[in-house]
Amino acid sequence: MGYLLFQITLFAYILASAAYMVYFWSQRKKVRTTARGILIGSGLLHTVYLIVRFIEAGHTPLTNHHEAVSFFAWSLTWGYLSFHWRYNVRNFGSFVSPLITTLMLIATFSSREIMPLPPALKSAWLPVHASIAIMANGFLALAFCGGIMYLLQERELKKKRFGLFYTRLPSLEALDNLNNHCLAVGFPLLTLGIITGSIWAKQTWGAYWQWDPKETWSLITWFLYAGLLHQRFTVGWRGRRAAIMTIIGFSAAMFTLWGVTYLLGGIHSYVG
Amino acid sequence: MSAEKIMILGVNHKTAPVEIRERLAFTNDPGTPYRELTVIPGCEEFCFLSTCNRVEVLFVSSTPEETERKIRDFLFNKSMSYEEAGRYVYLHQGEAAIQHLFRVGASLDSMIVGEPQILGQLKQAYRDASEQNVTGMILNRLLHKAFSVAKRIRTETEIGSSAVSISYAAVELAKKIFGNLKNKRAMLVGAGEMAELAAQHLMNQGVAEVIVANRTFERAVNLARCFNGKAVSLDELIPQLEYVDILISSTGSPDIILHSSDVKPLMRQRRNRPLLLIDIAVPRDLDPKLNGLENVYLYGIDDLNNVVDINKAERDKEAVRAERIVTEETLKFMLWLGSMEVTPTIVAIREKADTIRKAELERTLPGLSSLSDKEKQAIEKMTSAMMNKILHHPIVFLKKEDDSHKDKKVKLVLIRKFFNLDSENSD
Repeated sequence: MGYLLFQITLFAYILASAAYMVYFWSQRKKVRTTARGILIGSGLLHTVYLIVRFIEAGHTPLTNHHEAVSFFAWSLTWGYLSFHWRYNVRNFGSFVSPLITTLMLIATFSSREIMPLPPALKSAWLPVHASIAIMANGFLALAFCGGIMYLLQERELKKKRFGLFYTRLPSLEALDNLNNHCLAVGFPLLTLGIITGSIWAKQTWGAYWQWDPKETWSLITWFLYAGLLHQRFTVGWRGRRAAIMTIIGFSAAMFTLWGVTYLLGGIHSYVG
Repeated sequence: MSAEKIMILGVNHKTAPVEIRERLAFTNDPGTPYRELTVIPGCEEFCFLSTCNRVEVLFVSSTPEETERKIRDFLFNKSMSYEEAGRYVYLHQGEAAIQHLFRVGASLDSMIVGEPQILGQLKQAYRDASEQNVTGMILNRLLHKAFSVAKRIRTETEIGSSAVSISYAAVELAKKIFGNLKNKRAMLVGAGEMAELAAQHLMNQGVAEVIVANRTFERAVNLARCFNGKAVSLDELIPQLEYVDILISSTGSPDIILHSSDVKPLMRQRRNRPLLLIDIAVPRDLDPKLNGLENVYLYGIDDLNNVVDINKAERDKEAVRAERIVTEETLKFMLWLGSMEVTPTIVAIREKADTIRKAELERTLPGLSSLSDKEKQAIEKMTSAMMNKILHHPIVFLKKEDDSHKDKKVKLVLIRKFFNLDSENSD
């Protein structure tokens, strides 16, 4: 049942991305409304899938790679939709939806088997820490998409070649604001994720910080974003520089998510 | 009159880069072209048009090739050879020249098709030329025709409806950088017509304040009053930049007034807020290196072209209709030119008189039913003889060969007016 639901959700996401792509080319309002409708539908299906998975597993479904990436896609979807409700950023969906689909495809190809919960994870902190940390990734991913859009738009404006993106992408200021708003949500979540993780570590392993590779890398990520925000508030770093920093920061966050697990190992390695 | 005597020699934004155009503009002394071109032998009539995007000389000469060579040498001030200059100029003769002029006046040849400023600039050029007494019968009629063609195109097509102009393009760019222009501040450096238009556009977009800097402070104050803005002197330009988001420069300064090194330290004080610089001056006011600074966006006149290219497709449809009007009017003008010879004029006079004679006969004869056919023929003969006798002296006067070239043209115009031969063409 869970498997079928996941497949349907994935299909819905692919459909939404395709619709957003068509909208990007055609710029027809009707297509956008359809695309958004499909994405909301996919988000709802995805929510149902997470609940079903929770019931089937009997614990918070955030303990393996499939679950983590799927939840990442889910937070990205709802993060995007919540932003959409507050700010209207033109063609943002065309950049976010392919990323969601990519994450879902990664989730498809990882093992969906439900494993018994390792004793170390049996804690009330599991849902809190894991969901906050992954939700932070969702908002950082939104900032990343905004950063890419900023660089594309800025490039056309600087080179004075007004092509595909000039008419379709929003103004530089809107994109810079988007970047700022996503980080304003993503960075506190990231901070909270690290703090909750550290408290949980104290309870389970008896120490707040053990310089496990995952901890180290999340700290590096945290410093990158903290540096960016600090510069923004003090000397007014913005625009291109902020966009590049956002992309670098997100790469570090992704390395924390995958690179650490597959390349460096460590005590976190059972989680994606 | 042979149409081949009419020629247009010019450079525009399509044929020559701004570096070349600014050399030909004679901004330092606008009187130069009139002084220099008048003395060129064979140059019977001319008009000199110089705008940011084009420099054109429209002239009438009975030895067009030689005159053209001399005018080209004057324009390029011998800075490059005749052939080398040929890479940048265009040369139209006869029908093509007339068509080109109509297209220029109707803003079909403009960088931003449909922009309204060119017609005013052409009118001003004509006013200057006629004040200098360098236009004559042909150009007077041709230019007036160009104005009426432009007016016709403006009313019959939608070409000007998107209110396109350089300044409009500038506002488009500002919106792509700043999004919303509310609480943004704009500064005009140099107070020209173009700058005023740009300021007007920006005000319509809700810009918070317009600051005007000008060499003559009084002019700045007057302009600033129109926009409820404030006037500053040109020396305050750099300190003011700290508070300004959009700068539009259009001074007549021969040198660059804002260097990259002036702005670089300012960006930190501005906390890297983006700065949009628009340079619509020829020669340029702003250092091209400014575009290399982070968060600084510099656009010159040629760049604005590309911005407007984007929603060009729609206007192109209207342009096709406008071109049709141009072709039609060019043909009409060619017909008029062709009639400006002695023989066609005589034919036209005779035809006109004969038409009147025949019409009157047709009205009168049916009432005189008692007349025999022979008597009717006699009346026809008599009216015909009367007509010939009345027209005899005007025609002899027209045919007289001892006149100078100029007198002959004056005579033609007079006679044609006298007999109202061009009523259809003059509106």
